[in-house]
Amino acid sequence: MGDYLSQFLRLFESYDVLGAFWVNIQLTFWAAILALVVGTVLALMRISPIPSLQWAGATYVTLFRNTPLTIIMVFLTLGVWGQLKIQLADDFPSNFFRFAVLGLAVYHAAFVCEAIRSGVNTVPIGQAEAARAIGLSFLPAARIVILPQAFRGSVAPLGNVLIALIKNSTVAAAAGVATETSSLMKTMIEFDSDVIIAIFLTFAIGYVILVIPVGLATTALSRRLAVKR
Amino acid sequence: MDAQPTTPSDAPDASPTTPSPPPDAPSRDDELGPPLVELHGVNKHFGDLHVLRDIDLTVRRGEVLVVIGPSGSGKSTLCRAINRLETIDTGTIAIDGQPLPEEGKELARLRADVGMVFQSFNLFAHKTILDNVTLGPVKVRRTRSAEAKKEALALLDRVGIGNQADKMPAQLSGGQQQRVAIARALAMHPKVMLFDEPTSALDPEMINEVLDVMVALAKEGMTMIVVTHEMGFARKAAHRVVFMADGQIVEEAPPEEFFTNPKSHRAQDFLSKILTH
Repeated sequence: MGDYLSQFLRLFESYDVLGAFWVNIQLTFWAAILALVVGTVLALMRISPIPSLQWAGATYVTLFRNTPLTIIMVFLTLGVWGQLKIQLADDFPSNFFRFAVLGLAVYHAAFVCEAIRSGVNTVPIGQAEAARAIGLSFLPAARIVILPQAFRGSVAPLGNVLIALIKNSTVAAAAGVATETSSLMKTMIEFDSDVIIAIFLTFAIGYVILVIPVGLATTALSRRLAVKR
Repeated sequence: MDAQPTTPSDAPDASPTTPSPPPDAPSRDDELGPPLVELHGVNKHFGDLHVLRDIDLTVRRGEVLVVIGPSGSGKSTLCRAINRLETIDTGTIAIDGQPLPEEGKELARLRADVGMVFQSFNLFAHKTILDNVTLGPVKVRRTRSAEAKKEALALLDRVGIGNQADKMPAQLSGGQQQRVAIARALAMHPKVMLFDEPTSALDPEMINEVLDVMVALAKEGMTMIVVTHEMGFARKAAHRVVFMADGQIVEEAPPEEFFTNPKSHRAQDFLSKILTH
């Protein structure tokens, strides 16, 4: 037992484990905000009365939901940055960090869109009809009547997307973010392969600690925010 | 609603439940104004089902029209077509001389002038009673919020819900919710009010509180198109009853005449079924 403890201590002394998790939290934070914005716009397109917008939204979702995240990440760095020479920041670390956030966001936006759409389905059609009947056109009706209720109905599925996003943030390694957890784990395995179980447990437990509160919070929140009918 | 309620009530909370005058009150056509809602040759299909067949109907300003008929006769569809919650295949619908616009801002503007009361109330579930009533005036009419609130409270008082303004819809009974829905529609100062089976989802003891509000509204001269099975309301407040079956207008007559002496076989059959109990 004391043996294991000393192994963990050694790992935490030699490597910046908390710093690596902090990078993933930052990736998750910015990607979540961007994905929420893009996903909401996509959901609006899909429920709008305009066929071309519906089509564009549906195509986006089909495309990004069915493409592996790693491929999106590699495409962004090797394709968009390497080939097309598009830069998101002047220094390398920030540039790759931003590409990773972008990749995570465009991928998870498809799932956010579907989570919000499932929330829209919890809003009775009569709510939209009543909104239209008092003279609200599509966007105001969506903003004032439909989305506020849809978000409350989609807290739980949105929580699931957030949990997936936290864990998927490790794929940022594929976009060249060298400071995040999976990159650090790789380094640790390379130099301290004698304590591989301790290394594995460090990251497994780390993510469990990050994810469990999100699950608990969204479940509690979805109960509290549920619209009473 | 600029007109004062014709039923004088001094008690601040009283709903307009004062005894109604004898049923002869409206019924004279010469009080009615020019045509307000005009339907010509309206047809609609749901797939193979021909739900509206060549509907011609004119409702004059100040007229109270009751639409009656068996379920599936197309009466709700007719009501919903008038503010284009249902689209129509052919024909024209005009309100105040203006044909219904296809979509977009124009249509929204027209809908603001047409009040609608639904069978299932459809109050905005995440907003308070007061916010339900002020939402339209503030967001659509751009009324200042203080002014809208004042008027909303007056309207809620008028339908007897004044002391519940801060509650959420789910905390109110069905009858109360439907009265709020009427107040919400009235807050837009509509030219015409559509009622799509407003009492069909209510428990029996709550039907009258809603009908009382509607009768009071009729007596103030509001133009109303009411899809309902409430014979009492039709007798008390309607100028004209339209009987629909299989998507067609089969018969129209003043209420007294229609209920006592229906001419068409379909109407006789329908009335015998609903009046025997």
